[in-house]
Amino acid sequence: MYTLTGLELKNPTILAAGVLGTTGASLCRVAREGGAGAVVTKSIGPAPKTGHINPSMVRLDCGFLNAMGLPNPSYPGFLQELEFAKNNSAVPVIASIFGGTPSEFAEVAEGLLPANPDAFELNVSCPHAEGYGAAVGSNPCLVEAVTAAVKDVVNVPVWVKLTPNVADIKSIGTAAESGGADAVVAINTLKGMAIDIESGYPVLGNRSGGLSGKAVKPVAIKCVYDLYTALEIPVIGVGGVSSWEDAAEMLMAGAAAVQIGSAVYDRVDIFSEIGTGIEAFLTRKGYSDIKKIIGLAHEMI
Amino acid sequence: MLPLNAIITQITEETPLVRTFFFDHRFEDMEPGQFVMVWIRGVDEIPMGLSRNNSITVQKVGEATSKLFELKEGDSFGLRGPFGKGFTLPVRGEKVLVIAGGVGAAPLSPYAEAAFAAGAEVHTILGARSAEDLLFEGRFEALGKIYISTDDGSKGVKGFVTDVLKNLDVAAYDRIAVCGPEIMMASVFRLFEELQVLEKAEFSLHRYFKCGIGICGACCIDKSGLRVCKDGPVFSGVQLIGSELGNYSRDASGRRVKI
Repeated sequence: MYTLTGLELKNPTILAAGVLGTTGASLCRVAREGGAGAVVTKSIGPAPKTGHINPSMVRLDCGFLNAMGLPNPSYPGFLQELEFAKNNSAVPVIASIFGGTPSEFAEVAEGLLPANPDAFELNVSCPHAEGYGAAVGSNPCLVEAVTAAVKDVVNVPVWVKLTPNVADIKSIGTAAESGGADAVVAINTLKGMAIDIESGYPVLGNRSGGLSGKAVKPVAIKCVYDLYTALEIPVIGVGGVSSWEDAAEMLMAGAAAVQIGSAVYDRVDIFSEIGTGIEAFLTRKGYSDIKKIIGLAHEMI
Repeated sequence: MLPLNAIITQITEETPLVRTFFFDHRFEDMEPGQFVMVWIRGVDEIPMGLSRNNSITVQKVGEATSKLFELKEGDSFGLRGPFGKGFTLPVRGEKVLVIAGGVGAAPLSPYAEAAFAAGAEVHTILGARSAEDLLFEGRFEALGKIYISTDDGSKGVKGFVTDVLKNLDVAAYDRIAVCGPEIMMASVFRLFEELQVLEKAEFSLHRYFKCGIGICGACCIDKSGLRVCKDGPVFSGVQLIGSELGNYSRDASGRRVKI
């Protein structure tokens, strides 16, 4: 067992927001068959949204490009899914939420409380939804206000998921910490685009979107490394992790746990594979505890 | 993969509402029942079952398919795939029943042909609203026995595919492949459940796809959480026991919609 912001995880792998998180049943599947230590839901907002038109996700040689556009059934429409996930999965279920203002964030968080999520993750980092996500998350004052507003209405841990599409991610992380965040999650996708040269059309229905997968891992490692230095609260690492080696690298950069998203493309049981791989690595290297490698890279100067 | 540029080589009117678009690329390794994502540029990208390794067969139902119907030979669309899991092919000597309703005949015709080529005996139940809506009747007829049902009785049995099915000895078949409107598949499913033959039946499901490649989770079905785009679209009857089949699906926002 492993403790993260007070939550008990059987291993330090967590399903990232926006991935296999639209239904309670799929969240349970990732926990049960996939072996995730915890799961994060699709981001839920104040009103139903159908998202952007397709194509909304394509695979590139170096990763994935997506612009879903925060599709969600709104918090009243998601309650039964969250309840199902809570009642049928043996792992912590974290509700990812978004809004355009501090009061909208608070409204969504309060609206989901009846389903008893184990924590909230605030999406202030989606790179392709106008007025939401990174539009909020690139403004430190707004990040602090949003975090404080949610902290005011809930009694469970609040994580804040940060965007790398800013000049200084540390200042945003600090703002989240000042607002009372229990952890930050870094990173969301990097702004990206692909163009079909046969027709000249941008490939994504939204024209541009966010890059995930292998290509973003070095960016995520650097962001986690910097945030670990700047913050007192835990940093949860996410971005391009698809093997236990990637996860170990993320932990050494300073991540207290690792989220996995795009890599479910290859196999849903990637979580147990990574969890087992890390255990074996710790044993092989003689580390008594996972804490021995968290932030290890900071000591090697 | 980025969408490949598929140039339309031929368009065939199949029924008043259904057209086949042949394109200049062959998916040599396709499993019958797999689908492609068809990108009508500037409009939308929609999943379509492959009706051959170089064609899709499309019913005009909404904005994207209407735009597709405006395209001419020589025009192009984007194509990604083939994706998902298709129907299980029989082995030589097996007896296969194909149950196709409406445009559900599109992914089933290459399946029936592949089953025939593998040495199986292939029988088909083909259903449609009326005689003029029967899709690929000739393709199925060329393989073996064909039973027809039409809602209005203009050809074959007046009624649904289940009305034909009730009079067949389902136990005599080794494999059964089903694709059609969900209400039809749900009634076939219930009949098979009663007859206890679900383990040899496979159903091809339709759900709203966003990513289409198994990551986003928009198409997951209850209660298994299986992804229609990657773990399906073809599921065994056993996988669908106690599922949402015939009850509800989800729209683009993830809200449940009654079927």
